[in-house]
Amino acid sequence: MSPKARLIQGNRACAEGAIAAGVRFFAGYPITPSTEIAEIMSEELPKLSGKFIQMEDEIASMSCIIGASLTGKKVLTASSGPGISLKQEAIGYACMTETPCVIVNVQRLGPSTGGPTSSAQGDIMQARWGTHGDHPIIALCPSSVYECFTLTITAVNFAEKYRTPVYVMLDEIVGHMREKVVLPDADEIEVIDRKRPTCPPEEYKPYQIGESLIPAMADYGTGYKWHVTGLFHDETGFPSGNPQVIDAQFKRLMAKFKKYEDEILLWEETETKDAEILLVAYGSTARSALEAVNILRTEGIKAGLFRPITIWPFPEKVLKTLAGKVKKIIVPEMNYGQLFLEVERVCKDKTQVSGLFKVDSLPIAPDEITAKVREVL
Amino acid sequence: MRPELQKLFRMEKLPHIWCPGCGHGIITRAIGEAIAESDINLDKTVIVSGIGCSSRAPGYMNFDTLHTLHGRALAFATGVKLANPELNVFVITGDGDATAIGGNHFIHAARRNIDLNVILFNNNIYGMTGGQYSPLTPTGKMASTSPYGNPENNFDIPALAIAAGASYVARGTAFHDKLLIECIKEGIKNKGFSLIEAMSMCPTSYGRRNKMGNAADMLNDLKRIAVNINVAKKLPPEKLEGKFLIGKLHHKPYPEFTQEYDKLILKLQKGAE
Ligand SMILES: Cc1ncc(C[n+]2csc(CCOP(=O)(O)OP(=O)(O)O)c2C)c(N)n1
Ligand code: SF4
Ligand SMILES: [Mg+2]
Repeated sequence: MSPKARLIQGNRACAEGAIAAGVRFFAGYPITPSTEIAEIMSEELPKLSGKFIQMEDEIASMSCIIGASLTGKKVLTASSGPGISLKQEAIGYACMTETPCVIVNVQRLGPSTGGPTSSAQGDIMQARWGTHGDHPIIALCPSSVYECFTLTITAVNFAEKYRTPVYVMLDEIVGHMREKVVLPDADEIEVIDRKRPTCPPEEYKPYQIGESLIPAMADYGTGYKWHVTGLFHDETGFPSGNPQVIDAQFKRLMAKFKKYEDEILLWEETETKDAEILLVAYGSTARSALEAVNILRTEGIKAGLFRPITIWPFPEKVLKTLAGKVKKIIVPEMNYGQLFLEVERVCKDKTQVSGLFKVDSLPIAPDEITAKVREVL
Repeated sequence: MRPELQKLFRMEKLPHIWCPGCGHGIITRAIGEAIAESDINLDKTVIVSGIGCSSRAPGYMNFDTLHTLHGRALAFATGVKLANPELNVFVITGDGDATAIGGNHFIHAARRNIDLNVILFNNNIYGMTGGQYSPLTPTGKMASTSPYGNPENNFDIPALAIAAGASYVARGTAFHDKLLIECIKEGIKNKGFSLIEAMSMCPTSYGRRNKMGNAADMLNDLKRIAVNINVAKKLPPEKLEGKFLIGKLHHKPYPEFTQEYDKLILKLQKGAE
C-alpha cells in the first residue's frame, strides 16, 4: 500500500468527507447501520473546535442541526430507517426555511424496524416525498467508499450553495464495506460556503427573489435580526397568507433547482456508447450491475450501465437520450421498484423498461442481473 | 410603550394576532421588560419558539427569531446555543408545546443544564387549535376534546423541571407581572437551564367553556389562587389547598453544558500541542 492508502469503511469516509467539507456540528441518535458516523464525529469534532451532541431522538437531532446551521455552521446528521422517518417533519422545515444541512441515510431493510443489519434501497421515494407538501430536494447516492468521501463533500457544498437540505443515500453495504482508498488532501478539495449578506440589516431580505434565486443568509448573532418560520413567508421572512406571495416564493423555490440543474445532476456511464441493453443502477447495486456488464460483454452481449449519482432531482434528459439508443432497459433495485417508476416514466416512450426487484435482505448478485438480461433479450 | 422597550419589539408588526383579553401579550411584554433591564447584547440574542398562540410572540420581538415546529423549540434552541455559546438564547413555548409533544425535549434540555431561558406560557389549554385539553388542563375541566370533563391528571411543571435538572425554576403570572419580570431577569443571570412558568389565560378557548367569566375575572383568579413562596413558608398546609406558588422556587447552579463542552475542546487542543 502507498503511504496514504487506507483500508476504511464507507461510513468513515462519509464522516471524513463531511469534516473535509467544513462540517463542524453534528447531532444524532444511534441507529444501525449508521452509528459509526456519530461515533467518529464525537471523537473528531471537538478536536477541531466543532460540536457533537447526542440528542434524545432523531426529531431532536434534525431540529438541533437546523438551529446550529442558522448560526452559520456547516451541519450534519446521520441515521437509518426508523430514524429517518422521525426526521421528516424537520426536513420539511429545512426545505421551507431554506436552511443548509446534510442528512446521511445509511439505508436498512424496512418498513419499521425491518432488518437493522440488512442492506436495502427502500428509502428512495421517502427521500423524494417523505415530508409533506411539494418541495424540492437533492439526494446523492455513492456506490464506493471513495465516493462516500467525495459525495459527502459535494452534498455539503450543494447544501451551502443552494440553501437546501441534501441527502446522502448510502445503503448498509456501502456504509459498512471496507475498501482501500487514497483520499485527496485538503488543498485538492473545493469547499463552498453559503452566501452571506453584505447589505445593511435594514435592507436585508432573507427570501429575496433576486436573479440568483438563492438569497444570502445571515448568521444569527450578526445584527441582522431576521425571522425564520415554517409558515409561508414573504421576502422579509415574515408569515404571509397572500396567494401572490405564496405563489412567487414557491415558484422561486422550485425554479432554484431547475436553474442549477447542470451543476446538481451527476451520473456515470459505462460502456453505453454502443450498448443495446442498458442497466440503470445506483448505490451498492451498481457494483453488481457493473460486474454484470463485464460478464455480458465477454459473452458478446452489448450491455452498458447508467449510474445516476444524483437521484433527486433525477437526471432524466440524459437518460432519455440514452433510452432512444438502446433496445432494453433493466433496473435492478433492492426494493419493489422505486427508482424504476422514474426510469419508466422517462423512458417508456423510447424503449422497454423492466425491473429486477429483490427485498429479502440479500444484495443483488451479478449473475442474477445477467440472468435477467438473458431473459428479456 | 417607553422607547427602550419599543426598540425590543417590531412595532410595525403590531397589532398582534392574540384575542382581546389573552394573557400572552402581558407575558411577552414582561419578557421585553426583563431584557430591557438586563445587561445583554441585543444583537447576540436569539428567541426561539415552537407552535401555538404563545409561540407567535417572537414574531413581534426585534431579535434573531426562530419560529419552529410544534414541540421542538428546545431542540432547535439547543443547536443554536451549542453552535454559538456567545448567544443569549430564549425559548418561548406553550403548555402543550413544552410538556405534551415536546415533553421529551423539555426534560433532556433541563438535564443538560444548557443555558437557555425558557418562558413557558401556561394557559391550561391548546389555545391555537381551539381549546383541546393539554397536560396542564386541570382534571375535570372542560375542553373541546373533554366534553365530559378532563379525565387526566396534570404535570407539576416546576417539579418536573427540577427533577430533570433545571438549575433555576420560578413561576409568575399575567397578574403578577412585576414578579414575573424579576423571575425572568434572575433566569437570565443563571448560567444554565432556567424555566419560568408564566401562568397565562385563554378566555376564548378555556375560560368561556369553563364559565370563568371575562378576562378581568380570569386575571382575578390568578391573583386569588397564587401565593408567593415567601408567604407560603409561613402558612399551614391547609391554607395552601387549591393554591399554586409563585416566585423563585429553585436555584441551584451547577456546571453548564456548553461551557463544559468548551472546556473539553480546550483540553483536547492542549493535549495535541
Ligand atoms: C406536529 C403537530 N401537531 C399538531 C399541531 C397542531 N397544533 C398547533 S398549536 C397546537 C397546540 C398549542 O398549544 P400550546 O402549546 O399550549 O400553545 P397555546 O396556543 O395554548 O399558546 C397544536 C396541537 C402542529 N402544528 N404540529
Ligand atoms: S385562543 Fe386563547 S391563547 Fe390563543 S390568542 Fe386567543 S385567548 Fe390567547
Ligand atoms: Mg396552551
